[in-house]
Amino acid sequence: MPYPTDRKYTKEHEWITADGTIGITDHAQESLGDIVFVELPKVGTEITVGKAFGTVESVKAVSDLFAPVSGTVTTVNEALATAPEQVNKDAHGAWIVKIRVKDAAEMNALLSAADYEKFASEEAGH
Amino acid sequence: MSVVEATPVVRKTALNAVHRQMGAKMVEFNGWDMPVEYPASIGGGIIAEHLAVRTGVGIFDVSHMGDIRLSGREALAAVQHISMNDASRLALGQAQYSALLYPPGTFVDDVIVHRLGEDEYLLVINAGTREKDFNWVRENTRPFDCIVEHLSDDFTQIAIQGPKGVNLLQKLTDADLSAVKFYWVTRGTVCGLKNIVMGRTGYTAEDGFEIYIPPDEATSARVWHEVLAAGKEFGVVPCGLGARNTLRLEGKLPLYGHEISDTINVWEAGLDRYCKMEKPEFIGRAALEKAKADGVKKTLVGLEMVDRGIARDGYKVLDEGGSEIGYVTSGSPAPFLKKNIALAYVPPEHAEIGTTVKVEIRGQGVKAQVIPTPFYKRPKKS
Repeated sequence: MPYPTDRKYTKEHEWITADGTIGITDHAQESLGDIVFVELPKVGTEITVGKAFGTVESVKAVSDLFAPVSGTVTTVNEALATAPEQVNKDAHGAWIVKIRVKDAAEMNALLSAADYEKFASEEAGH
Repeated sequence: MSVVEATPVVRKTALNAVHRQMGAKMVEFNGWDMPVEYPASIGGGIIAEHLAVRTGVGIFDVSHMGDIRLSGREALAAVQHISMNDASRLALGQAQYSALLYPPGTFVDDVIVHRLGEDEYLLVINAGTREKDFNWVRENTRPFDCIVEHLSDDFTQIAIQGPKGVNLLQKLTDADLSAVKFYWVTRGTVCGLKNIVMGRTGYTAEDGFEIYIPPDEATSARVWHEVLAAGKEFGVVPCGLGARNTLRLEGKLPLYGHEISDTINVWEAGLDRYCKMEKPEFIGRAALEKAKADGVKKTLVGLEMVDRGIARDGYKVLDEGGSEIGYVTSGSPAPFLKKNIALAYVPPEHAEIGTTVKVEIRGQGVKAQVIPTPFYKRPKKS
């Protein structure tokens, strides 16, 4: 699956758009397998770059969500509470939270689509 | 046959290349490189694989399981000495669930004992405990006139599980499988291979067979593909260890290192019905007699999550007030039952059906309830 170029990526397999919408990558959903549970932060929660802000669980695995940048949660995707499998079906469309980005400069440290794709394929090759 | 095997390298079954060709996601399990699930593009994924076994048929490579054969004049006496079930009740071709115990009545391993011949028994043992089990069996059967052989690497073992499993295998064998009852064994030609052992056994809480074929890669791959081809009309799906675990959990089948171990005894694990105390002697019996009189301090219960959350292996179990009372041995979403379930050890006073407890998930006590087990029982055939 191609990685959209309208956003940035992290080595923890999240994506974030310029307006602060966050999700996990197709590579992440693929490695997790059937996603059955997404634990979301409350609106208003301050999240800190590199720190866990939520959890995604598949049948087999529990995986933390790490903040790509710092910010304040403005919206959470409530639909995932009852339909977490949306993330498997469309990882790059099924967003998880939206945040107000605190410092846009933090985005510069993130990976481009091409760099992430290379990183993910190397990791998958292990 | 080898007694001490070099272990640091990750071991592979004869079907390893086949799993990789099919795009399986591989994981290390007890020192083995095994498929955890197959890709969705060929009908895989833990949930889909699990449902295929409950409603149709799925096949598993379980060649990592070990095998020990005891044969000779005193083979029965030897099996009786080292296992807790009563092997003297086995007719020719019959199998039973049992366990090898340490003197305190705790587990070396759980096993399936098959009576293959007049004085020939095959113990099917767990992958992670192969060498330990073999050494244990060999040491403790020395006084008996019998031959103990480690045959773990002599078979590729394929499990064909699900209500359609019998229909699938019947297409590939001349043996009359309808005559083989659950936990019985037969032999016959399978995919042109003569004298193949087929046991109506499994680890999925479903009907099905396990077949033992020659372990070379070419034969293993040929049979695997022939089984898949024959199963097409039944919607067969290749299944990995992920589904194997959720299937066995729904059926409350113990997993070594989780529900049973060298620190848990038979009564705690609730395996009383497979432990025949009327047998005059077996390793662990004396301690179990005393343990029975003393009563258990913890007991295995089934939990269903009431509030949102998934219990996982090792999570703490709390009472309603938040005090720690036990721990989860296995926890997962149950794909067929569509709820979040767990097995846990708790003190007997918290074990009654309907008792409310909490499971600590990421620092929060999440409500759960003690419910009857097994969580899943396969429907009786008419």
